[in-house]
Parts: sequence; C-alpha cells; structure tokens
Amino acid sequence: MSDDLALDIQNPVMQLLRQDRIPHIWCPGCGIGTTVNCFVRAMLESGLNLDNVAVVSGIGCTGRVAGYINLDSFHTTHGRAIPFATGMKLANPNLKVIVYSGDGDLSAIGGNHFIHAARRNMDLMVVCVTNFTYGMTGGQVAPTTPLGPTQTTMPYGNFENPFNLPFLADACGAVYVARWTVFHVRQLAKAMKEGLSKRGFVFIEAISPCPTLYSRRNRLGDGADQLKYYKERSIVKNGADTKDVGLTFQGDITVGKFVDRERPTWLDSMNGHFSTHFKEKYKIYGGSHGED
Amino acid sequence: MSEIESVRKGKGTIFLRKEVCKGCSFCIDFCPTHCLEFSIEFNQKGYHFPLLARPLDCTGCDLCGLYCPDFAIFGVKIKDLEKRRTSPEPLIPAKG
Ligand SMILES: Cc1ncc(C[n+]2csc(CCOP(=O)(O)OP(=O)(O)O)c2C)c(N)n1
Ligand code: SF4
Ligand code: SF4
Ligand code: SF4
Repeated sequence: MSDDLALDIQNPVMQLLRQDRIPHIWCPGCGIGTTVNCFVRAMLESGLNLDNVAVVSGIGCTGRVAGYINLDSFHTTHGRAIPFATGMKLANPNLKVIVYSGDGDLSAIGGNHFIHAARRNMDLMVVCVTNFTYGMTGGQVAPTTPLGPTQTTMPYGNFENPFNLPFLADACGAVYVARWTVFHVRQLAKAMKEGLSKRGFVFIEAISPCPTLYSRRNRLGDGADQLKYYKERSIVKNGADTKDVGLTFQGDITVGKFVDRERPTWLDSMNGHFSTHFKEKYKIYGGSHGED
Repeated sequence: MSEIESVRKGKGTIFLRKEVCKGCSFCIDFCPTHCLEFSIEFNQKGYHFPLLARPLDCTGCDLCGLYCPDFAIFGVKIKDLEKRRTSPEPLIPAKG
C-alpha cells in the first residue's frame, strides 16, 4: 500500500480528470464522484475518439462534473445544458455530446428542454444524478422529491407529486432509458457504455445520496447508509414498464434498462424530409457520431 | 513500497492517496472480500482513511476504485503490477 501523491501506478480515472482540481468540492459520502468513476470507465471502454467528445452541464453540485472532466467540457447556466448541447451537436454533428445534470437542473428549470430534446430524439446522452433535492442551494424541494421527506422549502414534509423521470423520458420518445443507483457501479458503467454507443436521446438516471442535505434533514444517516438502503431495496427489472417505476420515500427502487429501441434522430428526420422534398438539390447534413 | 512486497502473497493490492480521502467508508463497506478497515490515524483533513487490514484477501478487483467518490483508492491485481508500472495506460485509448 502506498499513500503519497506521486503513486507510481495511476488510478485509471485520473486519465480523464483535471487532476489539479482534485480534491473536489463534493461532501464526504456524496455519490456524484462515484457516478464519475462509472462515467470515466465507460468512456475509456467506449472506443470513442475522445477528441470528439464533449461534456456539458448546468449549475448545481452535479453541474460541477463538467469542470472536473478533462475533455472539452462546458459549465453552462442553470437548466440550459440541453439547449447548449443541442446547439453543439447540430453545429458539429461529428461530436458525441453528453449532458451531465442534477435532477433539479434537468427536470425543474430545464424540464422543458428535456421533454423536447427527447421528443425530437436529439442525439445526446443525458446522465441525471437524482439525489431528490437541490444540493448546491441548500436542500430545497426538487421535482423528484418523493412524497414525505422534509426539505428546506417543505418543512413539514413534501406534499407535491414527484416526476417519474424514466417514464417522462420514455413517454417523450427517448431511445434508451435506464436507471441504476450508486450502489450498482458496474451496471451503471455498463449502461453508460451502452448509452454512448446509441444514436438518439439516451437517458440514464443514477440515484445518488446527498448526505449533507437530504439525508441529514430526514435522519437517513450518511452516504454509506443510503447505499445500503439501495442495496436492500433495489429490484432489478430490465424491460419494466416505466409507468411502474416511480419512487416513494425510502421504498423499493426499480432499477434496470427499461427502454432500448431505434427511432430516427432529429438530424435523420430532417435529412429524410428535405431529401424527399428537394430531391438531389438537398445535400445531406450530418457527421459520424464521434466515431472518427 | 515495502508494504507492497509484504502483500504479494495475496492476489491484489490497493493504492491510496490518503490525503484526498474523506472517510465515507464506501470502499470498506462494499469491498467484496471485506479486506479493508478504517485507520486509527487521521489524515490532514481529519478523516480516518482505509487500510488494507487483510492483504491476503484482496483480489485487486478495483471495486473500491469504482466506489470511491473521491478518486482516493483503487485496486490492482498483483499480476498486473509490473505492467501497470512500466507501461501506464495510454492517455487517450483507441483511435485518438
Ligand atoms: C437561473 C438560475 N436559477 C436558480 C439558480 C440557483 N440554483 C443553483 S443550483 C440549483 C439547483 C441544483 O439542484 P440539482 O440540479 O438537483 O443539482 P444538485 O446540486 O442536487 O446536484 C439552483 C436552483 C441558478 N444558479 N440559476
Ligand atoms: S450538498 Fe449534497 S449533492 Fe451537493 S456535494 Fe454535498 S452531498 Fe453532494
Ligand atoms: S481491490 Fe477489490 S478486494 Fe481489494 S480492497 Fe479493493 S474492493 Fe476489496
Ligand atoms: S471510498 Fe474513498 S473517500 Fe471513501 S473511505 Fe474509501 S478511500 Fe476514503
């Protein structure tokens, strides 16, 4: 065992991290870093040319991911990661663009962008770290907060009906929808690797602990206690009907790959439509999906 | 490095940057062979960090590396040690 900073063997994740920024800002026991481990391993195994990969996030604790990944990465404004990523993808279709977002960022202020990008089957992979709260701003209620738990803005417990994000993504037309927890590191990394190889709107939800706000406020213990809860109460159901995978406070968590289908992407549809309309006058617009 | 020599009888070992560990215990709780334990010592930031308490049990599976949210620990198989040391993985793999 060695513990100095200049190890003679490198942690494989270090290749894709901005090492000068480590240690990161996330709290002890926060699951966001664990999702980054899975993500980096998925990227390294994906065979993509990483010069053609870009990571976009909005604002929030999860939004910090873009700042730690040593690829072209963009830290945009709150909720606007998807429109920014859409612009990048359409301006340069050779890119593989990944949106890394918190649940609040993605489904509250960014909710409209989320449904429309899924509806259009925009060629993006969206990783959503669902911690059931607004971490960065101090633990306000999020659109994913289940009924019951206390939040800063719900001092007597949440009474708002939450989103079931995999159902929303599925209903809007996403081609790949999966959910895993931070306990399921190998499965999460595999889902991300699969997602990277898909064309179209990919949605991967990673359930993750926020020990500092969500857990502390609701007396759920530390990060490891939440992982033990995920371990005990997760039910793997690949192909489950997404309308049945909604979550309750500390209840069962259905995990797995729920949707995997093919649908023309927004660019495919545009090219197809204009080719029919304008015949040979139209020059196909598009690229290689980050592969060369 | 002497500690590495002493664990060579096991199949794997761990590497740890103890100063970036935040003591979350993910690695300790979810190591499949339960070979890690908290140190009694603190690191500079005041956290207890993991120690390879039962080196013969470590398989080098690197599950601790996948769990660690702080990129502080990772596992390596003993048979890969030399290879990893002399030819570190390429920075950008595959076609890049
Ligand atoms: C336009 C705008 N509105 C509000 C905020 C404040 N704000 C920053 S982060 C955040 C929510 C973060 O929650 P989430 O996306 O769930 O990420 P987490 O921090 O939990 O990872 C909010 C409301 C902002 N930065 N910009
Ligand atoms: S506030 Fe919550 S989400 Fe943010 S870093 Fe801390 S534990 Fe993680
Ligand atoms: S490499 Fe595997 S067996 Fe060794 S400490 Fe890490 S998780 Fe445990
Ligand atoms: S998982 Fe990482 S941060 Fe947590 S106790 Fe282990 S080495 Fe420390």
